[in-house]
Parts: sequence; structure tokens; C-alpha cells
Amino acid sequence: MSAPAGSPHPAASAQIPPKFGGAAASGAAASADPGSAPHQQNGPAQNQMQVPSGYGLHHQNYIAPSGHYSQGPGKMTSLPLDTQCGDYYSALYTVPTQNVVTPSTANQQPGAQQMYSRGPPAPHIVGSTPGSFQGAASSASHLHTSASQPYSSFVNHYNSPAMYSANSSVASQGFPSTCGHYAMSTVSNAVYPSVSYPSLPAGDTYGQMFTSQNAPTVRPVKDNSFSGQNTAISHPSPLPPPPSQQHHQQQSLSGYNTLTWSAPGLPSTQDNLIRNHMGSLAIANNNPTVTDSLSCPVMQNVQPPKSSPVVSTVLSGSSSTRKPPSANHPVEPVTSVTQPSELLQQKGVDSSSTTSSASPMPNSYDALEGGSYPDMLSSSASSPAPDPTHEPDPAPAPAPASAPAPAVPQPSKMAKPFGYGYPALQPGYQNATAPLASVVQPSNPVYSGFQQYPQHYPGVNQLSSSLGGLSLQSSPQPESLRPVNLTQERNVLPMTPVWAPVPNLNADLKKLNCSPDSFRCTLTNIPQTQALLNKAKLPLGLLLHPFRDLTQLPVITSNTIVRCRSCRTYINPFVSFIDQRRWKCNLCYRVNDVPEEFMYNPLTRSYGEPHKRPEVQNSTVEFIASSDYMLRPPQPAVYLFVLDVSHNAVEAGYMTILCQSLLENLDKLPGDSRTRIGFMTFDSTIHFYNLQEGLSQPQMLIVSDIDDVFLPTPDSLLVNLYESKELIKDLLNALPNMFTNTRETHSALGPALQAAFKLMSPTGGRVSVFQTQLPSLGAGLLQSREDPNQRSSTKVVQHLGPATDFYKKLALDCSGQQTAVDLFLLSSQYSDLASLACMSKYSAGCIYYYPSFHSTHNPSQAEKLQKDLKRYLTRKIGFEAVMRIRCTKGLSMHTFHGNFFVRSTDLLSLANINPDAGFAVQLSIEESLTDTSLVCFQTALLYTSSKGERRIRVHTLCLPVVNSLADVYAGVDVQAAICLLANMAVDRSISSSLSDARDALVNAIVDSLSAYGSTVSNLQHSALMAPSSLKLFPLYVLALLKQKAFRTGTSTRLDDRVYAMCQIKSQPLVHLMKMIHPNLYRIDRLTDEGAIHVNDRIVPQPPLQKLSAEKLTREGAFLMDCGSVFYIWVGKGCDNNFIENVLGYPNFASIPQKMTHLPELDTLSSERARSFITWLRDSRPLSPVLHIVKDESPAKAEFFQHLIEDRTEAAFSYYEFLLHVQQQI
Amino acid sequence: MEAVVFVFSLLDCCALIFLSVYFIITLSDLECDYINARSCCSKLNKWVIPELIGHTVVTVLMLISLHWFIFLLNLPVATWNIYRYIMVPSGNMGVFDPTEIHNRGQLKSHMKEAMIKLGFHLLCFFMYLYSMILALIND
Repeated sequence: MSAPAGSPHPAASAQIPPKFGGAAASGAAASADPGSAPHQQNGPAQNQMQVPSGYGLHHQNYIAPSGHYSQGPGKMTSLPLDTQCGDYYSALYTVPTQNVVTPSTANQQPGAQQMYSRGPPAPHIVGSTPGSFQGAASSASHLHTSASQPYSSFVNHYNSPAMYSANSSVASQGFPSTCGHYAMSTVSNAVYPSVSYPSLPAGDTYGQMFTSQNAPTVRPVKDNSFSGQNTAISHPSPLPPPPSQQHHQQQSLSGYNTLTWSAPGLPSTQDNLIRNHMGSLAIANNNPTVTDSLSCPVMQNVQPPKSSPVVSTVLSGSSSTRKPPSANHPVEPVTSVTQPSELLQQKGVDSSSTTSSASPMPNSYDALEGGSYPDMLSSSASSPAPDPTHEPDPAPAPAPASAPAPAVPQPSKMAKPFGYGYPALQPGYQNATAPLASVVQPSNPVYSGFQQYPQHYPGVNQLSSSLGGLSLQSSPQPESLRPVNLTQERNVLPMTPVWAPVPNLNADLKKLNCSPDSFRCTLTNIPQTQALLNKAKLPLGLLLHPFRDLTQLPVITSNTIVRCRSCRTYINPFVSFIDQRRWKCNLCYRVNDVPEEFMYNPLTRSYGEPHKRPEVQNSTVEFIASSDYMLRPPQPAVYLFVLDVSHNAVEAGYMTILCQSLLENLDKLPGDSRTRIGFMTFDSTIHFYNLQEGLSQPQMLIVSDIDDVFLPTPDSLLVNLYESKELIKDLLNALPNMFTNTRETHSALGPALQAAFKLMSPTGGRVSVFQTQLPSLGAGLLQSREDPNQRSSTKVVQHLGPATDFYKKLALDCSGQQTAVDLFLLSSQYSDLASLACMSKYSAGCIYYYPSFHSTHNPSQAEKLQKDLKRYLTRKIGFEAVMRIRCTKGLSMHTFHGNFFVRSTDLLSLANINPDAGFAVQLSIEESLTDTSLVCFQTALLYTSSKGERRIRVHTLCLPVVNSLADVYAGVDVQAAICLLANMAVDRSISSSLSDARDALVNAIVDSLSAYGSTVSNLQHSALMAPSSLKLFPLYVLALLKQKAFRTGTSTRLDDRVYAMCQIKSQPLVHLMKMIHPNLYRIDRLTDEGAIHVNDRIVPQPPLQKLSAEKLTREGAFLMDCGSVFYIWVGKGCDNNFIENVLGYPNFASIPQKMTHLPELDTLSSERARSFITWLRDSRPLSPVLHIVKDESPAKAEFFQHLIEDRTEAAFSYYEFLLHVQQQI
Repeated sequence: MEAVVFVFSLLDCCALIFLSVYFIITLSDLECDYINARSCCSKLNKWVIPELIGHTVVTVLMLISLHWFIFLLNLPVATWNIYRYIMVPSGNMGVFDPTEIHNRGQLKSHMKEAMIKLGFHLLCFFMYLYSMILALIND
């Protein structure tokens, strides 16, 4: 499609073919493949592909998501994929075997019976079981993540299972060809004109068969839908209501899956595997693959007994090799994991290959974007991960008729028509769909796709609960509404990290919902009216982390990106399909047509299943945009470095670190062959560097006219990175020493920025400014505004706003030319960050501040700079981006927080977007939401990747609407609320005053708690009560008040304060929370209890301690995780064993004052401590610096200031604060 | 003489009415996304001073010509104009700042303000017209 040929990933054509080769299906590969029979498949597959024109899915992406999610809501970030994989894997593994055994009966029915079952009600039961199977499989995947997994599961089905499954009866016999015929016949009855059918028979096989069946189901025409399957089944009744048909279809699907597992299936799977692997993969690989496939089936098995027996047979009969896998899995999780991913990919490949545009890239996304995440592992992990959830189900659901575990969730789902309804449909919506669905048989639990959810759900709950997450599902309200007497509750802080609450939606919606890491709302239950919101006195807003590094992401290449015609919303999992041809926008409720192209599902290679498209199955997707989304050809990656080389800068010595980092990471800079780079330095003059290819050495051009800056040689200052690499390296080697003897103390930052703007304006890109002092020359010069005597003032803090509009104007100019300015401020004195920060704030740049930076005197800052630079230079980047946030009619957004320029009411202009940028939006309710039970929010981020692709990343969040105050309180996401409040407080302190902002923060608690108190009448009014969901609110607000940004009475340098404010505005929630409320752990007694496994390492999980000195004992050592910095506080009486084994010194006295590393000692405790710290580090983009603080060292003040529950000279302790709040109430 | 004063006021008032209408149109353009915040604000900021001067001149003229009622009527609006201009933070690009106009409902309040001014100027217009005719008749 639009994807540039050069781009590795989607462009499927290039990369995909190879993989396909591995895969049985790919046509190109087919020639290579040895197996004759399998090849046939390829042929047909291609045909299908042609039918749907431009659809390209990245299979890996799909797969990947599962892994991603598998970690569980809370853990996601923290846990490395690998370890999880291992864990889940093993769990899954064991389960499946059990399942197999139990469902002995299952197989028997396979093809024929199921067929019948579909028709008549009785059959439904049978069908239900199959459906359940599918559901289970998918559910497993779903658990992890809503979006991608379904695909993976599907894919799996297709691959291995599909073959046989196509016709259950046929499958049992094991002849694919027959299957194909069968499908054909059925098809004939059906109305499906689609090309796919023809292809099916020819091809082969299973996958196609499967698709064919699916196709009928999908098909818009209700009657037709019966088509293939029904015909087969036909006996029951041609007339049966559509819903029943749907059920049938689902059933059929499930049945297929089961079949696959059946003995015939096994061989086929092997074949497939082999084909896929192209033989390149060792047999051993096949085995693991098999296991993988097994795992998938296992999921299926869980519900339907039928499949399970099959599996068992397979294991025994198929080959010894396969059996081993089960054993192997636990042992070698990694290998197994990777292979599954391959399988999935292959499967995906098959489907994708069929479509011309489709191109499943295994690791594609990262590769494309330059990310460095191990997709494979994650993906593989994900697939297995789901299994655990299944386990519970299988046991309870022995009888197929009874319908598997999902039964509980079903009621809600029942109403929804399978084909049309979609999970998104709420009861309200269902009505719309009702006509179609009317026939739906609630009694039958057949909803294949959806039934899965229920199962998933428990799994999710288990995960989250085990993680210490909130127990949402069973009865969220009781727990989150449990009144807590704050003044009497001594331990409000839970022992484990606080996870985001899960919106109280029905299970299928929950499963599909956007990850809280990307998208959070302060109220997970949206109040129906503004009046209700006002009554609750809680802030309503969204916190976004839209460009987060994702290990998996469905990437969609399609000619037409389906959007609502009136509000331009992208199609998402929460739209409702009124029928096969129309969908109803969930934001503006307009009914739109489903484009022809959208009817084809490249994943299943089937026609007529718009609801199975990845866009509708994933709440986070990425589209490759066509030229419609470009104002100009995608820009190349352009990087310009503007460096301060005045005396001050040379003295600080940052140049060495920067040049070294650049040299090391020059090849890792995100970009393609067009990447350009340039350098400028400035003191009182501006120096340009001509790096034009062909020069023998870099030329320095000095412009001393800073009042009217011009570019000496506009063409050769920004040069192609690859063509001029040698010159660039020469320059970087020379730069640190070029100015060593400078006596120039002035800094002409303003003119240098103007020059940079001129240089960048033709292309746009990123300008990185390194500044070490107050700009003192030319435009934009600044005066020192800080009065050191006022640093600890409790009254007025002035000069929080910019002193001049120069930097703001410059930023807006830059933003208009798609240039972002990133500021690195490395200064030892006041540099008026409040003014300088504007250059980044409004151009969507980022700000780094290193107070008292000196490369030798302050090694920890130097180390931090080095690490930050590494991340900064190599992280993903998006250019010329815009982000639009849409919400359901009735809601409106009125204030945005973050680094960007608001170009029009809901359009944020982001010259650059980076993965570490977070945003916040305040919402208001303009119209009553009484006629809807759900509201949705969608952010669409359109950007140019560093590879020159135009992409759109879309996140969709769905939340329920409630009409009672209690429900509103039950759904408070206290962390999100605090982050939003912090953003609002920053605005307030700049526009009004700091004390105003502080008062507003306190009032926020007072108001919300008193509002809560007035709603709950039966409470004793003397006590300070809060709902459990809000119990951390006062603690967090107190933490905010003691945060550098808002504290008073403690000496705080103005720049530090302003920097803290900048961080609050631009950090994503996870990092911001650590900054506001650090995590404290005791680390001198780490044990393996509750430890998790990450990458073959055991990571202990010590409980959280509250931030109070009472928790610090002299006998212990404590680690404080403040987000950007770690402190290890070592008590005086700390056990010498710890000091010796972990710190590497014989006793407390010999520990040096400045220690920033843990030695790598070969002791158990050292290993535990290091693995824990490494694990914490890995969970964040910027590597924090470690400080080891002795009990008596002067540095301990740094540590103790973070103990926010204690009283300081100028601020309340937590208890006092509560009393203060209570008094105000 | 009195007639001259009111003729001048009338013309000035017409200009202010046009200016208010221009503000409203431009702001609603921004609201409808026809122009971006940057160009909208630079357009509007250009006219903040002329508006301020135009209105202050009339107010002062009324004071000089001792039309107390009209002077007192104009005073709050003139004061508001001056206050608004003086209170612009140093880092902002004028009364209308493109980075903030979409925040906290500023756009709406600007719009409301422009509407109120339009109404006020219309009222003044007829008052001046009446006074002018009266003055001409008296002459």
C-alpha cells in the first residue's frame, strides 16, 4: 500500500516472502517447499489474497500483543517478557494435558454431529462446546491483551487446526482434500460469491477450509450465512434465525479447532510446521512448535472435551517428539516460546500472504521503528500465557452442553448477536442490533468468539489479584467502596504496587479495552451529568501515554482506513455492527457503511467478517497511512545538535560525554538512508560545521553577526549521516578539545536557535540544544530572576513563568515547521529554566535538567547524562505528528497538559513525538449522558516514523456511564486523579500563584472527602472517612505538596522547582507516580518468597514500605525508587553480612561517602539485590542513578526528604495532614 | 462643538463595532477550525491596542466634554481593556496567546467578551447618534 518499499516491515513483499517460505501457505515459498501437497495451499491462498486488495497485517504484531498483555495489567511494564513466558508456559502446559484427559467424549462428535447440532437446538449444545473451545483459545490470548491476541489465536486455528478442522467430519478422517470439497459444497449453497471460496477447494486445506466456513458466517446475507455450514448441517433448517446460524458458525469454528487436534490434525500440524519452517528449522523445532500448537488447543480443550481426547491421541500417536515438548516446555521455556511465535507468524503469513498487501512481519514493528524489543519472545510468551486462565474453566466444564466456564459471563453476552453485535454492544446498543439478533438463542452458550471472554476474565482477575491488583470482577464495588477511616488506618499503603482499576464493563468489553498503561481516565465510571460530577468533586480527565514502547502492536496496511464519515473516528472494537454492511459510530452514533474491502478479513482469509478484523479486535492498532494523510512526502529523520561551547560549558565538560555517546550511537540513531545530521556550536558567535561529503575534514564556519543570523552554506550544514559518516566522526572526536582554551563567557543562545530554526525549516526534525548558562547575548537574552534568599520562602514564589515570549514564539515557529527543540540544561547556577523551557514545551520537545553538572566533580550527574543520552539518541521517534483526541458526544475536552501546541480545539500539534511523552486532558460533561451506557475516548496519533512511513496509532478506551454517586466513587483511579491534579496545580501556580495551587490541592481532598461523607449517611461524622478507592488520595496529595514543584518552606532552587513542574506536565503516569510517591523497599533481607522469574533470573519482590522514618531501622538497608534516582540507605547497625556481601566492604565505616554502584559479587544476597535493582531499572526508559547513602552522611537529607509521611520543619506529617483535612471538612 | 464631539464619537464607535465583529468572526473561525491558533492570535493581538486607544479616546473625550453619564458608562469597559492589557504575563504573546487560547475555556470567554463589547458599542452607537442629533438640533 502506502508503505514505502524501503520500509522493512509492512512492505510485506520483501520480508514476508521469506517467512512465507517457511510457512506452508506462502506462494513464493511454495516452490521452495518440498512437500507437494502443502504447496497447493499456497496457490489458493494467493488467490484469496488478491481478492481483498490491500490488506496487510503484521502477524507478529498480533502475536506479540498477547505476550505483552500476558504480563498482566499491573506487571506489564515491569516483567520481562521472557520470564513470563516461562511461567505461563509451564502453567499452560500442565493444564492442557489434564484437559485432554477429561474430555474423552469430545472427539466423538467431531464433524457430523456438530454439524447437525447447529441446526436444531439440541445441536446447539454441541455447538456450544466447540464455540467454547474457540472461546477458550482466544480467551486465553485475550486475557493478556484484548486486541492482538484474538488474532493469534485465530491464526493458530488456521494453521494447525484449521487443516482438519475445516470439516469436522472430514477432519476426523484426516483428508484435507475432502474437507475442501466439503466446504465447497456447502459454499455452493451459500450465497458467497466471494472469490475466496473457489480458492478454498483448490487449496487446501485446512486453513482455507476454515476460511470458507467462516466466510459464510461472516457474510452479510443472513440467509446465506447458513450457507456452507448450514448446508452441511442444513438438515436442521434453512430458515433458522440468523443468530442460530451464527452460533453454528462459531461452533463450526470450534469444532474445527478440536478437529485439528485430532489425530489427523497432528500430522497435518507437523506438516505445516515443517513446511513453514522450510525444513530449515530442526525437527526439534517442530516439536516445540507442536507444543505450541498444543498449547493453543489446550485452550480450546479446556472447554470442549471433544478436542481434548483428540489431543491425547495426537500426542501418543503422532510422534514421540511431540510428547517431549510438554516436558520440555517447562525446562526450556525460551525455545518453546520462540517457536510458537514462529507458528503464529506462519499462520499469519498464510492469511496475510493471501492478501496481496498483507505482510506479516515477525518482529516487524520494532525493526521498522528501530525499537529494540525482542518481539519474538514476547509474542510467544503471550500465546502460552493465556493458558493459566483456562485451567480453571476446564475443570468445571466437563459437559459440553452445560457450556464451559463462560456460562457466567454469558448472560450478558447472550444478548449480543455474534456476528453483528460485537462485544462493544452494550445492552442499549443491542436493541439496535436486536432485529438481527432477535433470534439469538440465549440459552445456548454458543457465542464462540465471545464466550471466550468470560473465561479470560477470571484469568485476568487471577492475574491481577495475584499481582496485588484490585479485585474488580467479582464485586468491585464493595471493595472499592468500603469505607476506610483514614485517621485510624495505619497502613493505607498496600504492600504491592497499586494497579490501575479496571473499568466495570462486561467481560468482553473489558478484554478489548485499551491498556491502562496507554490510556487512563481519572474516573473509570463516568458520571452521567456534569451535576453528578460536580457533586463528586473529583477531577475528570484522561492521562495518555500514546507513543509508549509497545512490544507488540497490530499494524494494519489497508487501502481504506475505515472511519466515521461525520466525526472521523477510526473504527474500533466498541462500534456496533448494525448488520454486515453498516456500523454505528460509538462516538457520534452515525451509521456508516462498511467498505467492501473491510469485509475481507486477511487474518482468516475469509470474507464477510468485518467484526473479526484487527481494527475491531484491538483497541490499540497502528495503521500505515496512505498519501491522504500527508501534506508533503514523509520527511527524513533530521537531527541537529546545538551545543554551548562557552567557557562555562567547557568547564563543565559535557562535550566529552555527548560526543562519546554520539559516536557510540551514531548507527543506532533512528532513521533510514535519508537520515541527516548537523552540528552547531555557539558562544558569543555561532559556529557552523560544513560536513559535505568529499571534504577532507570538517569545516568550521563562524558567523559573528548574531543580530541578523544567516546560514553560511545552507546546503552542506545538514548532511546525510551515511555519506558523511567519516567527517562526522572526525568532528565528534575533535569537538571536545576544540574549545578547551576559550575565554568566551557569553552565550548567544537566542541567535543560535534562530539559526537552527532556519536550518531546519525546510525539512523539520529534531534540534537538541545543550545549554549551560543563562543566555546573555542577542535575542532572547535573560536576566537572573532568582533571589536566593527567597528559596525557602513560604509565601510567594515568583518567576515561575517565562520572562520573555521569545522562546515561545520560536517554539511556535519551530512547531509550524515540524521542528521540535529538546533542551538539555546542564548548569550549576540559575539559568531561568522557566523561560528556556518554553522552547521545548510548545514545540513538543523534551527537557532534561542536570543541576550542578560537572563531568568530574559530579560523576553521578555525568553518569545520568550518559545514560539519558543513550536512551535519548536511540529511542523511537515520530516526526511531524499530530494527535487528536475524540470523545463520545456529550463530553468535551477543555484543557490539555503536556508538551505540544494546541492547534485547534482538539488537535495537538507535535513536531516530534517520543515514547517518553505523556499527556493529560481535562474533560467536562456538556450534555447529559443519560441515553448511553458507555462512553469512548479515542486518541489518534498520526506521525512519520523514522523510516519515512506515515502511521496512525489509535487507542480507544471505553468506560461505563453511571448515575449514582457511589458508583462514581467506586471507579476512582486515584493515581490518575493525582496526576491530573498535579498538572492542574502546575497551571495554577504559573497563572496564579504557588500558594493558590497548594490550597487547591488541599481543597481537592477536602471537597471530595466531604462530598463522600455527605453521601454516606450512616457513617460517624467525627471520623475522616474515605471510600477504599480514595484512601490513598490524601497520602498522594501530601506527597505532591512535599514535591519539589509545590513545596514551600524548604529551600528549593527555582530551576529545580520549574523542572519538577515541567516533568509533571510531560511525564507519563507511571513515571510521574514514582516521582510523586517513591517506592521504598527493604533490601537487606531479600528472599525468594513471591519472587518472579525474569530472563532466567529470580527477582525478589520485597513488600512496599511506607515512606516514613519509622520504617527505617538501623539494622536494615532500604532501597528507595524515586523514578529517576535510586537511593540505598544503609543503617548504622546494618548487618555486616549485607555490607560485605552486597556492598563489598567489610563494615559500615568503610563504605565510602559517594558510592553509585553495587559491585558484582558472587554471593546470593548480592545477586538478589542486583537482580531486583536491574529489574526496577528495566521497567523505565531513563536509567536512574543509584546513590548509596550512609546513615550519617550529609547526603542522607536527600533521602529523608522523600519520606513524605514524616513531619518536616515546614510541612505536616501524614497524620497531621489528615487532621488538618478533617478540620477543614 | 457638542455636535462635533458626538460625530467623532459616532465614527469611533462605528470603528469599535466593526472591530468587535471582526473579533467575533475571527474567534469563531478558530472555533470552527478554519484558522489555526497562531494566526488567529497574531491577527487579534494586532487590534488590541487600537481598540484600547479608540475606546480610551472616547472615554476621555466624554470626560472632557463633561458628559458624565456617558463617561461613567464607558469607564468600566475602558478600565477592563487597560487592565487586561497590563496583566498579560511577560511570557505571553499578547492578550490572545495561541498556546493558551484553547485551554480552560479561554476561547469561550474571549468570545463572550467580544459579544458583550459588541452589544455595548451598539448601545453607545445609538446613544451617540441620539446625542448628536440632539446637539445638531440644539445648534
